[in-house]
Amino acid sequence: MPTTRRRFLSLAGSVTAAGTIPIVTLRPVEATPAMLTAAIRNVVGEAQLRTGKVKLDIPPLVENGNTVPMTVSVASPMTADDHVKSIHIFNEKNPQPNIGNFYLGPSSGRAQVSTRIRLADTQKVVAIARLSDDTFWQTAADVVVTLAACTEEMN
Amino acid sequence: MQDDDTSNPGMLFVLDGEALWTKKTGVADKACADCHGDARSSMKGIAARYPAFDKALARPVALDQRINLCRTNHQQATPLPHESRDLLALSAFVAHQSRGTPISVGEDPQVKPFIDRGRALFTQRQGQLNLACTNCHDDNFDKRLAGAPITQGQPTGYPLYRLEWQTLGSLERRLRSCMTGVRAQAYDYGSPELVALELYLMSRAHGLPMETPAVRP
Amino acid sequence: MAALINVPAKARRGDIIEIRTLTSHIMETGFRHTVDGKLVPRDIITTFACRYNGTEVFRADLFPAIAANPYLSFFTVAKESGKLDFEWVGDNGYSSTASASIIVE
Repeated sequence: MPTTRRRFLSLAGSVTAAGTIPIVTLRPVEATPAMLTAAIRNVVGEAQLRTGKVKLDIPPLVENGNTVPMTVSVASPMTADDHVKSIHIFNEKNPQPNIGNFYLGPSSGRAQVSTRIRLADTQKVVAIARLSDDTFWQTAADVVVTLAACTEEMN
Repeated sequence: MQDDDTSNPGMLFVLDGEALWTKKTGVADKACADCHGDARSSMKGIAARYPAFDKALARPVALDQRINLCRTNHQQATPLPHESRDLLALSAFVAHQSRGTPISVGEDPQVKPFIDRGRALFTQRQGQLNLACTNCHDDNFDKRLAGAPITQGQPTGYPLYRLEWQTLGSLERRLRSCMTGVRAQAYDYGSPELVALELYLMSRAHGLPMETPAVRP
Repeated sequence: MAALINVPAKARRGDIIEIRTLTSHIMETGFRHTVDGKLVPRDIITTFACRYNGTEVFRADLFPAIAANPYLSFFTVAKESGKLDFEWVGDNGYSSTASASIIVE
């Protein structure tokens, strides 16, 4: 087939598009809401998941998802009889639904953990706390991830 | 994040740089400390006057170039690659000793022509977007580009930790990524153009305190 | 690897104290490719633990979604003077430790 100008341009266009792929973060797989649900079920089992007690502090809009500060806290007296055993953080659209599991106890004094996380896209972040009575409590927050106006070429 | 040293990831590089400062290297088997002693006193205020004029080369050199010149001339070691962890760590450690020192670049008459060259580059339109640095960073620094605030382009905190990079990076890396942003061909690391731009930005920031290692989005 | 630990030097018995830790690690996700298409293998810290005079008071499982140079802040009750030990364990046999002392009055 003779290479017409139109065909050449379409080829050139596809080559250019392919050439730009390394600039964006490649995601061979993307966690789906189903994967999120499965990851949560993995922790919670068949227990009922209630809403409340858990607070998730995360910026509603970030310019870049590479380092997003996040604080999770749970309203709990943190006594031997009534405390938080663990806190689990999940995401909806990263390649993997887990972010972190944090194990606490009465010696923690306060059920609060801060870290910095990666969010590949605009998505929901879910925090679940397991209390000493084996009840599970959750909260969720939506984070809009915009890309920086000036992206950098990867080396 | 920047104000609390134990939350500032840039400080991890400063710690690494502190260890490198006293580590013997090269054929000469000398450490930075063997000549310069305690960096806390010997390096105080140094980064606030860089890039500085090098008599032997008859041109200004940036701080990381100075570190590499020291390595080749005095330690007889191989120069560290641009943006390598060790070079960034040493630069950060040295520049950290100047934290709070007002920038004094521009006072040396020998660098004047190079500052002028940097200013010319700063105001010269380039790339497919046909934008000069000045179009954003002088004319529109109080506005936003998409979600991101446009900065004044102050060089006070380099090398700095960018959350986007998830690592420390040099001013040259930042300048190169801006050039890519306006779809221009970025100058090579260590090129006279990048040093001239760095020099102009530092002279433009005359009097502002150094804040290495800064943290930026 | 360099680590930064922030533990109050002194506390009153029963005080709830904040502990902040930061350590150097690239946290390579295992989902990225090089320009020529090769997968960059995963290299992350997978667990972190804090022991207070030998007793574990905090533990974390980390995943690739934790940003490079992991930062963790958490709380504990100041019970007695002594030592806090921190341990990061990860892929490829990675392990690093740090410690801090505290005086409880």
